[in-house]
Amino acid sequence: MYDFDYYRAESIEQARELLAANSEARLLAGGMTLLPAMKMRLAAPPAIVDIGHLQDLKGVCVDGDAVVIGALTTHAEVADSEVLRTVFPALADVAAHIGDAQVRNCGTLGGSLANNDPSADYPAAVLALDAVIRTSHRDIAADEFFTGMFETVLAADEIILSVRFPLPLFAAYVKFPNPASRYAIVGVMVAKHSSGVRVAVTGAGACVFRARDIEALLDQRFDENALQDFAFAADDLNDDMHASAEYRAHLVVVMARRATAAARC
Amino acid sequence: MAHNIEFRLNGSTVSESVTANLLLVDLLRDRLRLTGTHVACDTSQCGACVIHVNGRSVKSCSLLAVQVDGCDLTTIEGLARGAELHPLQAAFRDCHGLQCGFCTPGMIMSALDLLQRDSYPDEQQIRQWLEGNICRCTGYHNIVRAIQAAAASMRGDAVVQAMDGD
Repeated sequence: MYDFDYYRAESIEQARELLAANSEARLLAGGMTLLPAMKMRLAAPPAIVDIGHLQDLKGVCVDGDAVVIGALTTHAEVADSEVLRTVFPALADVAAHIGDAQVRNCGTLGGSLANNDPSADYPAAVLALDAVIRTSHRDIAADEFFTGMFETVLAADEIILSVRFPLPLFAAYVKFPNPASRYAIVGVMVAKHSSGVRVAVTGAGACVFRARDIEALLDQRFDENALQDFAFAADDLNDDMHASAEYRAHLVVVMARRATAAARC
Repeated sequence: MAHNIEFRLNGSTVSESVTANLLLVDLLRDRLRLTGTHVACDTSQCGACVIHVNGRSVKSCSLLAVQVDGCDLTTIEGLARGAELHPLQAAFRDCHGLQCGFCTPGMIMSALDLLQRDSYPDEQQIRQWLEGNICRCTGYHNIVRAIQAAAASMRGDAVVQAMDGD
């Protein structure tokens, strides 16, 4: 791999100082996207700031009517969390199906969100669950966070600290995974909140998005059959070697129906 | 810039001076000469490079050597006790769980992570767990049988399970 500078931050404050002093530096959490991207020169930061070992940002806890997960909690830790398995198994299930076992042992919630891969699983969960992303600077609503392909509202020196997921009435995530990478060709998270239904789609477009038409139908009747005659428009959906835009449009509805049928808290 | 790191490797303490861009798998293979850990895809998809860091299976081609400073590592070379194979190694041999053998170290290190957390995995759990390990020879059937046999052996009911398997 090409040469770069490596800094191991011992605190969030030190990480922010290092980011401020190295304007092109990237944060390293679990590294499951950044390091493969650097090996392939898809990313070539001159410096990386490693925060992956900071214990303060790990853990799952229940806080009133929400679950708060530290940004550096690995997918495996979320999937195996006993408290989450008890109060919010639908969210544990999201983490349990990210990548493969070895990726889940390293990859983190915060890393996945900051990267905002258009086929990643967590962005759909955060958006459908109306989560709030707490950073070193502020609290950010899910609807404001994801701005485009691999793009978020995060500033260059802003670090995700935790994510607060309000407990929904029912929720489920179902994806049609690419059999090689396990990334979602299409993944849909359906969540019924007391305030209404939210449906988030990943893998289908350039960035995770809410399917407002599906939300409206499920608001009228929270039943998979409410989507029986609904057709999702293929306009602007991804069209590549893995699936055509038309096939992805079909999968959006199929995954939404399956998620609605499977929805639980 | 060189970074001085120290970590446990198969029960021994190792101190090395490494550059930031040195991958963990290259440190293990090229410098420490532990060539049981393999590199196949080098893109974190195939699982040939799986080792354990702090008791969990990870892909050593997708970690920097500097990241394991202070960690406890186990590679395939750390499993056998002298001439006595680890139950997983013995089961892969007994069940013909390999043909060319290139994927086998990664398969075994991955399976060990599973068996350390669940001593009674069913076939579906084993197959799902192995999503990150690719074998191009066996068709996986005998790998799954080997892991089931090893699980039985590690539980202490090897004889009964082996007879059932036949």
